[in-house]
Amino acid sequence: MTTMQTSMPAQAVYKDTRSLWEKLRTNRNWLALWFMLPTAAFLILFLAYPLGLGVWMSFTDERIGRTGIFVGLENYEWLWNDSIFWLSVFNTLLYTIIASVIKFAVGLYLALLLNRHMPFKAMIRAIVLVPFIVPTVLSAIAFWWIYDAQFSIISWSLIKLGLIDHNINFLGDPNMARGSVIFANIWRGVPFVAITLLAGLQTVSPSLYEAATLDGATDWQRFRYITYPLLTPIIAVVMTFSVLFTFTDFQLVWALTRGGPVNATHLMATLSYQRGILSGRLGEGAAIATAMIPFLLAAIAISWFGMQRRKWQQGSDND
Amino acid sequence: MSNLITDRRSLLKGGATMLAAAAAMSSEQLLGYAKAWAQTSPWKPEAGAKINLLRWKRFVEAEDVAFMKIVDAFQKANNVTINVSNESYDDIQPKASVAANTGQGLDMVWGLYSLPFLFPNKCTDMTDVADYLAKKCGGWAESGKAYGMLNGKWIGIPVAATGGLVNYRVKAAEAAGHKTFPKDLGGFLDLVKGMKKNGTPGGMALGHASGDANGWLHWALWAHGGNLIDKDNKVVINSPETAKALEYVKQLYDNFVPGTASWNDSSNNKAFLAGQLHLTVNGISIYVAAKKENPQIAEDMNHAHLPAGVDGKTRELHLGFPILVYTFTKFPQTCKAFTSFLLEPAQFNPWVEAAQGYLSPFLLDYEKNPIWTADPKNTPYRDVAQTANTPAGIGKMGENAAAAIADFVVVDMFANYATGREDVKTAMASAERNAKRIFRG
Repeated sequence: MTTMQTSMPAQAVYKDTRSLWEKLRTNRNWLALWFMLPTAAFLILFLAYPLGLGVWMSFTDERIGRTGIFVGLENYEWLWNDSIFWLSVFNTLLYTIIASVIKFAVGLYLALLLNRHMPFKAMIRAIVLVPFIVPTVLSAIAFWWIYDAQFSIISWSLIKLGLIDHNINFLGDPNMARGSVIFANIWRGVPFVAITLLAGLQTVSPSLYEAATLDGATDWQRFRYITYPLLTPIIAVVMTFSVLFTFTDFQLVWALTRGGPVNATHLMATLSYQRGILSGRLGEGAAIATAMIPFLLAAIAISWFGMQRRKWQQGSDND
Repeated sequence: MSNLITDRRSLLKGGATMLAAAAAMSSEQLLGYAKAWAQTSPWKPEAGAKINLLRWKRFVEAEDVAFMKIVDAFQKANNVTINVSNESYDDIQPKASVAANTGQGLDMVWGLYSLPFLFPNKCTDMTDVADYLAKKCGGWAESGKAYGMLNGKWIGIPVAATGGLVNYRVKAAEAAGHKTFPKDLGGFLDLVKGMKKNGTPGGMALGHASGDANGWLHWALWAHGGNLIDKDNKVVINSPETAKALEYVKQLYDNFVPGTASWNDSSNNKAFLAGQLHLTVNGISIYVAAKKENPQIAEDMNHAHLPAGVDGKTRELHLGFPILVYTFTKFPQTCKAFTSFLLEPAQFNPWVEAAQGYLSPFLLDYEKNPIWTADPKNTPYRDVAQTANTPAGIGKMGENAAAAIADFVVVDMFANYATGREDVKTAMASAERNAKRIFRG
């Protein structure tokens, strides 16, 4: 007892002598903050600050080499009535939706195929990744040759086979050009979807399939009631990324068409670059880039809230 | 000429003889010359200066070799370092713009078109260099002044331009009924139509090709009396003259080889050299390449200026190559000394020869260089400065005109109508709307 009594006040005295800084330094709750600080600083410096700067710029008439003055929503008002901007919005949505849907379908199919046991499994899986590994600009240049107005290998082969009698105008006709860049994007994006879904497939326990087989489930039923529900969380993540990458794509289109012919393939990203960097009007370029944010937030929100729902996660009807 | 050594006095006395010998100078002799030059130069490079220079990636190999020889001699003579980096045509402008905006990375840029006009307040005043060169090399062509000066001040030195002129196959043109190259708009259209009919079509870029498409489409606009802006930089693109130009270009486009709406700056080079294209607008690089790789095509091709406009005058938009020095460089004297050294007759003459017609001068004395007459097929490129207009046309060159050309306002207008996406009125109205925004206030 006596020891207790003497030590108690002593401890109280010790506590009081600590400065606020020391308290903050050692408090367990604050400690977490200290550990997060480097990361937070990193994120603020390299993510939040540039983003904020971009958004701020979109409210100014800044040009390259000279700071702008605040012009409020003037850039946005201008874009609202700009047919090229709306065309780029349309192109971006078209590009994203078509490419993402096909990438998902082909990627899932490929993942299911690769999940089977077959000879040279590792090698085939590695080969599938190739389009993803090749630097975008390189694959864009390859496609540029494939789509060339005069030297296209496809046109050449078909002419030699006697199927057509003139070169296909891949990048010169608006709809053909759209189809061509979307195809190139799909070619490049499928491996990412396929390999990630394959990783997801491998986490599905084989015993579930065994049980289902014993119960007499068909192939389709096994996919629908085992594979698909267990795969949904990863599908949500993969497709979120896939949509974000596709929506913000720049290199492929820029290398292939520069947004041409007559702006038929201009995406918001390429238009933003053309106006902001090439034409020097940073304010307007930033406004176009900022206009992409709502679309991206919507894409994230859909998958985020989707992932929160049990129905999505488990594919069952019991909410 | 082997007695041309590092002795300054004998060199200076050498005078005119030396200029003639310059072409044959070995790198050692060039160094001696450079040392002597450094002592008389009005600009004294800062001791130990280190400058970063960005230039466009060569199209003619010998030109690049000659350029690096000059850089080397200048470095040794002045004990400075010049780091030269090369970027393709399309990447020069964004890199230069980023440097201008951040105020670091580069000291000077040898760029394209109207680059200094995109950020004029970041460009060092080069008036002293321009005046020095004018005195020494026969003065500047009017177009050179338009390309270099803003409000009476030189913001860049237009080193040279590469001409956007007609490259055509002689036999194909003759077969289409034109023994001599047509001098008027009607004749030119007739030639293009005839060539298409004979299965030897021509074609010019209608895509976002910053050099080729901008070049010939501005010619078409100006030839019909149309203009993007008037003398006071007021937007006047929506006019009956522009409408005529649109109709004319559509007729040309309908008789081109298919696919020109997707062309970039290198598409026509490839197609012409492969023998699939028989008329286009380009620099002399096709001819230079053909002489080396495909002599039959070189033999059968020739060059000509685009035909005169309805008022009888020829106005063309060529690809200018201006040098600019940033205001934030720590070594302005070195940059200025190097710029004037480049354009001295002893350096520039051999360099122009090495470029084989790719570099057309804005300084009048260099039009006398034998390269322009040694091969008559080079001669049209000599007169590039005489027909050259800035992207502003009759207006005043400035950052707005530079922005308009970078945003393809004129190219898109023509492409929109020629490919049938918009009618004449809409195409002109959208171009007008875009231009008005760029040229506001």
